[in-house]
Amino acid sequence: MLLNQFLLLAALLFCIGVYGVLVRRNGMLVLMSVELILNSVNINLVAFGALTDDVGGEVFALFTIAVAAAEVGVGLAIVLLMYRNRRSIDLSQADLLKG
Amino acid sequence: MTDFLNTWGLTAIIFVPLIGAAVMMLIPEREEEAHKQIALLTSLVTLGLVAALMIDFDYDDAGTLQFVQDKGWIDVINSRYIIGLDGISIPLLALTVLVVPLVIIYSWHHIPNPGNAKAFLILNLILETGMVGTFIAQDLILFFLFFEVVLLPMFFMIAVWGGEDRRYASLKFFLYTLFGSALMLLGFLALFFLAQDPATGAALHSFDMRLLTESAGSGIVHSTQLWIFGAMFIGFGVKVPIFPFHTWLPDAHTQAPTQGSVILAAVLLKLGTYGFLRIAIPMLPEAATTWAPWIGLVAVIGIIYGALGCLAQTDMKRLIAFSSVAHMGFVMLAIATMTPFGFNAAIYGMVAHGLITGMLFFVAGSVKERYHTLDISRLGGMLIQAPKLGWILGIVSMASLGLPGLAGFWGEFPAILSAYSPANGLSEVTFRTYMVIAAVGTVLAAGYLLWLYQRTAMGEPSAEFADDPNITDVNTQEWLAWTPLLILIVVFGVLPGLIFDVTDPAVTQILDNCLQQPDGCTSVVQAAVGG
Amino acid sequence: MNLLLLAAEGATSVPLAVSDGANWFLEHAWIVPLLPALSFLVILFFGKRMPRKGAEVGIAAVGLAFLFSVVAGIAWIDHRDNFTLPEESGEHALVIDGSSESVDQIVLAAEETPAEGDHAEEGAAGEAHGEAESPTIAVHSSTTWFHNGDVAFDAGILVDGLSVVLLFVVTLVSLLVHIYSTDYVAGDRRYTHFFAFLSLFTASMLFFVLSDNILQMIVGWELVGVCSWVLIGHWWEEKPNSDAAMKAFLTNRVGDVGLLVGVIILFWAAGHGSFDILTINSNIISGGVSHTALVVAAMSLTTAVMSKSGQFVLHTWLPDAMAGPTPVSALIHAATMVVAGIYMVARLYPVFFEGMQIGGSSINLLATIGAITLVFGGLLAFVQNDIKKVLAYSTISQLGYMAMALGVGAWTAAVFHLFTHAFFKACLFLGAGSASHAVHSFDMKTDMGGLRKWMPHTYRTFVVASLALAGVFPLAGFWSKDEILAGTGGWGLFGGTGGNGAYTFHLVMGTVGAALTGAYMTRVIYLTFFGEFRGHGTPHESGRRIIVPLYILAAFALFAGLFNLPAGFITGNHSSWQERFGHYVEPVAGYFPPISHATPSYSLAIASSLVALAGIGYAYWYYFVKVDRLARATGESLTELPDGFVSKSSVARAGHTLLVEKYYLDHLYTDVIAGTTKGAIARGANWVNQNVIDGTVDLAGRTSVKAGQLTYDKIDQAVVDGTVNGSGRISDALGGIFRRVQTGKVQQYAALLFAGAAILGGILVVVLSL
Repeated sequence: MLLNQFLLLAALLFCIGVYGVLVRRNGMLVLMSVELILNSVNINLVAFGALTDDVGGEVFALFTIAVAAAEVGVGLAIVLLMYRNRRSIDLSQADLLKG
Repeated sequence: MTDFLNTWGLTAIIFVPLIGAAVMMLIPEREEEAHKQIALLTSLVTLGLVAALMIDFDYDDAGTLQFVQDKGWIDVINSRYIIGLDGISIPLLALTVLVVPLVIIYSWHHIPNPGNAKAFLILNLILETGMVGTFIAQDLILFFLFFEVVLLPMFFMIAVWGGEDRRYASLKFFLYTLFGSALMLLGFLALFFLAQDPATGAALHSFDMRLLTESAGSGIVHSTQLWIFGAMFIGFGVKVPIFPFHTWLPDAHTQAPTQGSVILAAVLLKLGTYGFLRIAIPMLPEAATTWAPWIGLVAVIGIIYGALGCLAQTDMKRLIAFSSVAHMGFVMLAIATMTPFGFNAAIYGMVAHGLITGMLFFVAGSVKERYHTLDISRLGGMLIQAPKLGWILGIVSMASLGLPGLAGFWGEFPAILSAYSPANGLSEVTFRTYMVIAAVGTVLAAGYLLWLYQRTAMGEPSAEFADDPNITDVNTQEWLAWTPLLILIVVFGVLPGLIFDVTDPAVTQILDNCLQQPDGCTSVVQAAVGG
Repeated sequence: MNLLLLAAEGATSVPLAVSDGANWFLEHAWIVPLLPALSFLVILFFGKRMPRKGAEVGIAAVGLAFLFSVVAGIAWIDHRDNFTLPEESGEHALVIDGSSESVDQIVLAAEETPAEGDHAEEGAAGEAHGEAESPTIAVHSSTTWFHNGDVAFDAGILVDGLSVVLLFVVTLVSLLVHIYSTDYVAGDRRYTHFFAFLSLFTASMLFFVLSDNILQMIVGWELVGVCSWVLIGHWWEEKPNSDAAMKAFLTNRVGDVGLLVGVIILFWAAGHGSFDILTINSNIISGGVSHTALVVAAMSLTTAVMSKSGQFVLHTWLPDAMAGPTPVSALIHAATMVVAGIYMVARLYPVFFEGMQIGGSSINLLATIGAITLVFGGLLAFVQNDIKKVLAYSTISQLGYMAMALGVGAWTAAVFHLFTHAFFKACLFLGAGSASHAVHSFDMKTDMGGLRKWMPHTYRTFVVASLALAGVFPLAGFWSKDEILAGTGGWGLFGGTGGNGAYTFHLVMGTVGAALTGAYMTRVIYLTFFGEFRGHGTPHESGRRIIVPLYILAAFALFAGLFNLPAGFITGNHSSWQERFGHYVEPVAGYFPPISHATPSYSLAIASSLVALAGIGYAYWYYFVKVDRLARATGESLTELPDGFVSKSSVARAGHTLLVEKYYLDHLYTDVIAGTTKGAIARGANWVNQNVIDGTVDLAGRTSVKAGQLTYDKIDQAVVDGTVNGSGRISDALGGIFRRVQTGKVQQYAALLFAGAAILGGILVVVLSL
């Protein structure tokens, strides 16, 4: 079965995504990394759906894509506002919540 | 009409103040007169409803709950909306709904800094809901809810309208009481899980106070009972406050605005003692018997300690606050005897303390307003500059130190009397020692109150205030707010039966489980466990 | 006051067994306190608008109360005469005093009387109607005031000889003081207020006297205390006055602890859940009460007596209380309130009789305190220059007599002394007030002297009252004091006087006291009325409203002793004149302990009179002979001295003599005080009083304030509150540590989140693989 390959690809994508989220300072890149993570999950969903012959996997993947679209919308808006206010989208500077 | 009253009356008195508050929220802040009128009207309607209920109340059957409403509420935890009124609740409920309108009348020209009558009065009304609800709730969760509802408005009252040190005082008040409440809630939950039906031995899984009282702790191991009681002891004890949990009180009282102090002294402190009477002791009589000598001990320590604290004070309001510690000590001593006689005395003491100390805080507030200080050493000669105020202070001080013929005596003397002969199973020697100590406390009480009176009211006015045009005699709002309290202080002093007759059947009922047995409460529980 | 109304309702609504005309007044005696109580309210609310500022209301009310009391007294005599003991009773312990044939000497110790609920008890009536209650002569009607659980709190009146006597004394003295005050405090800044509180005091005292239960007694006791506080501090603008008022109230509060404890013990142990005096007393007599409880109760109540009735150790408030207006001193601090303690002992006599084993001649607390007080108080009177303070110490001393009399079992003598003392001491105080009214001072040494020329009426009445106080035959004090001395039963050496045992020590103290009394009163009379006037201006006799009360009281001081002539004093057909007071006042049957009566003794009467006369004689020799001679020798100089050295220019030698003379006088004066033993003792006693006892009181006060301060600062603020603040601070510190985690950087949060998830995942894997 090809499942292993799919899973490996997904895991790779997930790791890249996590790396991007944790390390990149650029807000845009972080957002894109989040997309990578989400898509790695989508790959898993579709792969398992095919394996078990269940449409549930595909349905969930579609659902995730829809949510991801919304999320990107909101995320971009945040980044945009951040840029407007600070002239920078460097996340390391955004520490207003510091305790 | 009567039917409506009998079924919905109690619910109405809980929610009428909230409705008033909601209406006031819709009106802009600048309409101050409207706010005052609505608030007063609301509180008077509540008072009227309570009066109607009291007329309708069947006093021959004061031991059973009346006007009961029992509706489903939170089914998941089997908590129900149960409210009812019996002889224990009536005096306290009446005290509450009487004090609130008086406070609102007093506020007419005395909205403390920084003003904002709207918010201040709304808080008063929310406070009323909480207090009323606590006294009539018959379900532990409902009780807890109202018990906590009281906290927030009082917190804001102190924090916003308080004195210089208000932040500290309000936070201390809030956290201290919250800490107590947390333990109390723990106790309630333990009861929920552990209490059994005495007849069948099945777990109750109920917050219904009637059932829990009936079960009287059956099925709970003695040591567990002690822990549960201990949790409630702290929870209610903080509110009373009993020594050594009293330190929030002087700060809160000193910093609170006059109105806040009055409500705090007149009603809020009674929530704690009421909790002992209604919940802690009847639901865990066996543990209560074990705890009773210790309760008595902290009570008499409180009596002496509070009085000594009073002697050390230089601030009039702080002195009165400390006197509350001493007076609530008498109430707790009466409760610790675990006898109906003592419980009656305790309820009497609660009402008397509410009237008298509330009145004292009113006077202190008016003094502060006139002299802009409460430093006892700077005051003096009030009888010359404001003779009526001085007279009122004199009468109330006399009532507070337990002069027969005024209300204070009937809280104090029966409390001491009851300590001679505590319930079966309690050590007579211990309680008689407490009795003597408590009697000594009355001397100290006379000491600090007369001392206060001598230095504030007698003598010549100090040069600082001699020609101060601010210092005027009692004005109309003050008369309106004070007269009912003064009248009641005298009436209850002369006719103590007015309260004793109402409370006695209920108290007997609530202590019924223990009293019928020769060895006191222990045997009941053993019988229940054995059966 | 509504309380009285309540009692009234109850009393009237109950069908009374006997309602002949005479008893009506006894059954409705509650009207007596009601009148002044109403007058208090009327004066308080409307007094200022009345033509005479409220005084007229007070006088009218007290006058009516007085008339009522007189009628009640007559009714009582009638009631007593018609009372006979039942003959069919079973277990009667009959104690028959051989000295008398009269039936009242038989004391009946009957079964206990369960007296409860709202019904009027009529002892005599009960007997007449054949009810199964033990006979009690007292007219008792009560109603339930309120309930607390099973305990009924009653309110009612108990009228017997004792209360009738007190009714008479209180209303009479109060009436006279009211009349006197209209002149004395005329123009006072709080004239109306003064009369209002006089009325309230009268009402409270009468309420106390009529109490049928011990709870009601507490109420009355506290109310008179408060009135005393208000009236002592009448001129509260001056700090010493309010201090004196405070001291009086607080000292009394100390005694009240004893009262509270005693009452509570009696309620449970003796009353078995009842406050009723008759029940308690008869329970004790029938022997159903634990002795220990009675001992403790009697001791506790003795503390109350010590404070209220100014007995040694707790007496220091009474001289200070003289800061109040003089009429108040006369009414409250001489005639009525201070005898409340004595009255309470008399009322609850079985408690003391059994608790202190008075019948067994034991040296008991009450008698000993009384004996010490009477000598101690008398000695202190010598070193006072303030005329009112002399009288105050004299009052203390006389109260000591009463306490001692009760302690040795001479009940009737004590009550009789209370009766006579009220008149002559009130007369003395009012006389002192009259004198001070003229010279505007109370200081005998600097502002009085020679007043008899200007104030003949005051002088005459004062001397009569002084002689009565000193116990000179045949004035009132002689009879009552002699009965007390006889009652000690200590005259054993000379054939014995019976009584409850041989209290020789107390007899000696009483006799010494008699000599002291005579001596210090002689001193007062000399300093006030003889010699040359030393004050400013010209004194004048007081007005009629002051003089008339003085004469009335002096008349009583003269004749009151005749009410209780000793048995055997008059023989033949007049035997019905003897021991009338005892006959009508001493309770018979049921609620009174079996005391034995002393036989009067001629030899003792003569001996004690001689001692008293010796005291007077010595002081007379000293003041009227030696001092007067010296004063006469340099007479003008003495009078001139306070006015400055007017005569200085006349003769240099005269001026020199004047100085020597003054020095000499002072020296002599101190010589007499310090040179004689009693003088030395008095100084010492005064020192002890001012420094040790009063010092202790002050110290106790200061210490408790210090202790309060210390507790507050070190324990409350530091430890208790410290813990509270500490817990806050700990949370704060912990928060300080944990806040470092909150960097505010989303990515770090996310890293932590992932790390956490990874760790949890790892654990899950491990767990699953196990």
